[in-house]
Amino acid sequence: MSKPPGAVAGVIQATLAKDLRLEWRSKDAINSMLFFSLLVVVVFSFSFDPNAEESRQIAGGLVWVAFLFAAVVALGQTWARELRNQVLDAYRVSPAPANSLFLAKALGNFIFVAILELLMTPLFIMFYKLRALGPAWQLIPIAALGTWAIVVNGTFFAAMSLRTRSREIMLPLLLFPVCIPALLAMVNATTAILTGELSAKFWIVLLTTYDVVFTIACLLLFELVLHAE
Amino acid sequence: MHSSPIITVRALVKQFGRFAALRGVTAEFAAGGLYAILGDNGAGKTTLLRALAGLVQPTRGSILILGTTNLRAVCHELGYMAHPSLLYDEMSGMENLSYFARLYGITEDRSCAAAMTAVDLDPGLTRPVVQYSQGMRQRLSLARALLNDPEILLLDEPFSNVDAPSAAAMVSLLAQMRAAGKTIFVVTHQASLLERTADEFVWMDAGQITSRTASWGRCEST
Repeated sequence: MSKPPGAVAGVIQATLAKDLRLEWRSKDAINSMLFFSLLVVVVFSFSFDPNAEESRQIAGGLVWVAFLFAAVVALGQTWARELRNQVLDAYRVSPAPANSLFLAKALGNFIFVAILELLMTPLFIMFYKLRALGPAWQLIPIAALGTWAIVVNGTFFAAMSLRTRSREIMLPLLLFPVCIPALLAMVNATTAILTGELSAKFWIVLLTTYDVVFTIACLLLFELVLHAE
Repeated sequence: MHSSPIITVRALVKQFGRFAALRGVTAEFAAGGLYAILGDNGAGKTTLLRALAGLVQPTRGSILILGTTNLRAVCHELGYMAHPSLLYDEMSGMENLSYFARLYGITEDRSCAAAMTAVDLDPGLTRPVVQYSQGMRQRLSLARALLNDPEILLLDEPFSNVDAPSAAAMVSLLAQMRAAGKTIFVVTHQASLLERTADEFVWMDAGQITSRTASWGRCEST
């Protein structure tokens, strides 16, 4: 059933506002993500104690793996809310399109992970004495594209694992293999900019393509996931 | 009650693995009736209601609602109240209703306030639903199901944990809606509450409709 764009946008807006409101009140996702990332930063900085050059080589991987793991915490929380009191059934019986719910959830997760990145990046810079030798502004599109790659797949697979018995294990099992190409692009692009040795252009293009392909695939398949028993 | 069926169920089977929750349910329900669906636990009442709501895909058989088997096409004409509240505990009653109203394209808060008032709740209540009593939660859940002014209401255990005066008020509201031409299905273990209001008592056992009676006693089998 096709919906007028206004109605779709209205549902996205209402669902996003509702999710932000619920997170503002509970702070479940943000607190767990922050705590987890903070642990990663501190533990790794004490374990390795790298010099500035070594930091530039490993920081890309470290930062993105930390954000990926932290994002999994938020992704699980988003759908857990819909399971309490079986609220998801209220959505399923309504005429609201499945894609609106998916996009609102993905946007909500994007905002949560982006906030985490904004808060954690200064700490990463401080603990690992980071200074980019390449064009630092390119880190912004890389962060945006990388975060979207994580949340779009994460939102989809979190919904898919919603009705499985051990969903906490299922989500990373499904998400991490699919995220490997994106993770590779994020890490290599970040390292290229931090070291200033190579251009990050190829990786940014790869990340953009990845985002487009997986966003379309998730949008096409989400209705099946939502209405699956 | 009109004579034309608003819902037709044919040979409906629903299996969960090897367990058959519905075993060939066939029935017609006329528009404008209030049907009390009764039976022991595990009789298939909730599964039948969920199938009518489109939440459960039949293993075999068909459901025709308002002349179509595509239940997504008529979901705006359905109101569904489940045993769980289907509400966000952290939000207030009005916040909950405003959100669910948007899913039906309703943007005015007036409709939400009217739905809350209809179930005897104060729209001005700002405390979150988690602080509501069980009875208030049930009534809010009913208000959510009424939001889109549906033609067909599917209510699963609406009176459970509700005090006697509130249950009576809910029955009175259902009677008004039935008088307004709505078709109402109520799954309940408290059939006595609907003794004077229901048009038919539909008895289920082991996934089948065993009888349909005009009164609460199992006298007139069909």
